Amino acid sequence: MSPQTPPHTTASTPLRTATTLARQLGAPGPGTSIHLGADLTDAGAHPAAWRTSGSQGAQLFDPERLDALVATAQRGLLDLVAFDDAFSLQPHARGVRGRLDAALVAARLAPRSSGIGLVATIDTTHTEPFHVSKALATIDHVSRGRAAWQVSWSTDEAAASAFRREPAQDRADAIAEADEATDVVGRLWDSWEDDAEIRDAATGRFVDRDKLHHVDHEGIRFAVKGPSITPRPPQGRPPVVVRASDDASIDLAGRRADVVRVHATTPDEARDARAAVLDAARRAGRDPRDVRVLVDAFVVLADDDAAARARLDLLQDLQGVEWETGSLTHVGTPARLAATIAGWSEVGATDGFHLRPASLSTDLTLVVDRVVPALQAAGVFRTSYPGTTLRETLGLARPVNVYAASA
Amino acid sequence: MTSPRKQVHLGVHFPGVNSTTVWTEPDSGSQIDFSSFEHLARRAEDARLDFFFLAEGLRLREHKGKVFDLDVVGRPDTLPVLAALAAVTDRIGLAGTINTTFNEPWELARQFATLDVLSGGRAAWNLVTSSDAFTGANFRRGGYLAHADRYARAGEVVEVARALWDSWDDDAVLADAATGEFLRPGAVRRVEHHGAHADVEGTFTTPRGPQGHPVLFQAGDSAQGRDFAAQTADVVFSMHSTFDAGRTFYDDVKGRLPALGRARDSLKILPAVTVVLGDSADDAEERARVIRRQQVSGPGAIAFVEQVWGRDLTSYDPDGPLPLVDPDVEGASITRGRVRHVADPRPVVAQWRDLAAANGWSIRDLVIAVTTRGGFVGTPAHVADEIDRYVQQDASDGFILVPHLTPHGLDDVLGTVVPLLQERGSFRTEYEGATLRDHLGLAHPDAIASAERAIAG
Repeated sequence: MSPQTPPHTTASTPLRTATTLARQLGAPGPGTSIHLGADLTDAGAHPAAWRTSGSQGAQLFDPERLDALVATAQRGLLDLVAFDDAFSLQPHARGVRGRLDAALVAARLAPRSSGIGLVATIDTTHTEPFHVSKALATIDHVSRGRAAWQVSWSTDEAAASAFRREPAQDRADAIAEADEATDVVGRLWDSWEDDAEIRDAATGRFVDRDKLHHVDHEGIRFAVKGPSITPRPPQGRPPVVVRASDDASIDLAGRRADVVRVHATTPDEARDARAAVLDAARRAGRDPRDVRVLVDAFVVLADDDAAARARLDLLQDLQGVEWETGSLTHVGTPARLAATIAGWSEVGATDGFHLRPASLSTDLTLVVDRVVPALQAAGVFRTSYPGTTLRETLGLARPVNVYAASA
Repeated sequence: MTSPRKQVHLGVHFPGVNSTTVWTEPDSGSQIDFSSFEHLARRAEDARLDFFFLAEGLRLREHKGKVFDLDVVGRPDTLPVLAALAAVTDRIGLAGTINTTFNEPWELARQFATLDVLSGGRAAWNLVTSSDAFTGANFRRGGYLAHADRYARAGEVVEVARALWDSWDDDAVLADAATGEFLRPGAVRRVEHHGAHADVEGTFTTPRGPQGHPVLFQAGDSAQGRDFAAQTADVVFSMHSTFDAGRTFYDDVKGRLPALGRARDSLKILPAVTVVLGDSADDAEERARVIRRQQVSGPGAIAFVEQVWGRDLTSYDPDGPLPLVDPDVEGASITRGRVRHVADPRPVVAQWRDLAAANGWSIRDLVIAVTTRGGFVGTPAHVADEIDRYVQQDASDGFILVPHLTPHGLDDVLGTVVPLLQERGSFRTEYEGATLRDHLGLAHPDAIASAERAIAG
């Protein structure tokens, strides 16, 4: 996308059709809602968002700003909010530069929110799986079941030279390591059975140690003994989020992910991407109904299409260089975005969308105040959280413990 | 008063994963539910304490090849709990133990900078270093660190972390919408360090926290540990001792500071201490006796002597006499993951047999006697007197209060002893500053650096 060729919504089903379809299928009850995430990284998905009025660019790292954004998303009953992270500083000269540790941000946001899932991005290339496991377990404990992990990996020299344990990996190696790390992290979550803590005063035993398990992982890249120091998280396993864009990452998603973010610009592309992910899950021996596929959507909203286009033009002018959204791009009214979301979902192209508001201060608020009510009126989006955990919101069962199952 | 009283500094220790914590009481709460952490942190903040403290242990302890099941088991990850507590408190410091052996300086620096930013300047790091291969088995790098290199590792990790924190100026975030400059030119600098324990190169990711550097705690009372603390730390986390031993330790550590160009009050010495209160001295002593028996259960006493004997003693009655069998000197340590091990058990066993014979003690009586660390026992007025005496007479700068119950174990101390210290002008009645450095009377690192430059210049 370039400033000269403003993008349009690439597909839209009229909301009326979606509503009719929803009525024919019966109004979705709890658990059958479409799923909506929102990315809360930086000041918005557009690198120039921090420069627009109301974006609080100078307060970007203030926790109160983040509290307010989560409160907005929670008011809109969104499934989850996600925070990107990486070990290297953003290279672009004119965008936001600087990051807070996403896991600690998620933990900080947990006590003042409820209902909404908190997704922390954690790298597997330069971290210890044991630390990753207990960090996410702890976010799940402090949020009472609302943590999720967006798995990331790094192939850049900048991150590698911050650690220097080894040279930068190529993508295939990094994804293979992410696969191994995700497996081990999941088993560490399971290394405490749910009823391991017995507090049996008669025998003086606090835990039933037969329900604490060494994971005894001895892989190509690392070995981890276990068990975790942290009791099993409330969700059993916090959902794992994977961004799938090629064969290797689709394969990883099929094996390990509960939520998969894909790129698509048409319902057909979305359907194909979803099918590829669900096939990968089947190949890994999983039930594809245990996977939610969300289409990434970059959104710029305004009361009419021309105003939305003007907002994007301003952002592009501020950025000054060509900038690609990389996925579905909606520049237009909230009503038309609601129609797209409902339409794609109704035809089975996707389970929902991961929205990337161009500017959080403007577009997240419009999503919550205008798009969500339209989807609720159409009967395709929840009107309350179905439970207290993110798994309940996503309609995903609490996983059986692999160690309990084999006992 | 003609001169202001020396101020007492107080922290609260979240109940530990050890035998101090009694879990068999009906009102003993969860060791993992966030409400337990929130309760203690909020109560401590209501009482205007300096900080909340959370310890770490990176492998579940094992005994005779199995997870040790007689104490509380299970704890959260330290930093996410502290970050969550930042959301439900405003002023109290948030301190936690993080091991330098199984973390790299880049990730530690960004985590502590993040905690300091998210808490408005309340982060503290109790730095420990382990050469323990048992714990190393949970980590990809394994137990690689030689025992002799522990302080070299710790020193280098701190050095690099401080360089990373200092690589962002306090006002680095410019966010000039008109020019598009997000960072002030020149305000963020590359860091390069190539050493034996850290090899780091790059531009750091995370803004500097309000404290510049989080407050650094150091535990460990060896000569090497004392040197390290004098060179590097802001707070020494020591063990409670008698008044006289406390003064000796205090003098020794503070005496190392002038040669390093540091003021005596730039390093605070805070022993960990348990407190048992009662309506009278006798009442408190009786309560302390009951708590000690709760802390040392029959199976717990057997497990404790098994550590020294190096063999299975489960056939012995904890309320009966000490085992007649000799310790297994050749046997490998049967308990793993504890802080201390006994090098040669034979003199210990001989001494214990004498003690038990002289006092008519059972196994459990003996274990209670040899594991009792003292602490303060008495009426609130007596305990306030003792705390103030230790501080005014330079046996400590305050204490880290260790409860035996989760999460209510310090409610009585915070509710009765702290007000008495406030009445006598030894403890703040309101927070005067925003950051933990303010509470502890520690200067911002930039102020220290510019004072050093002034002296040098």
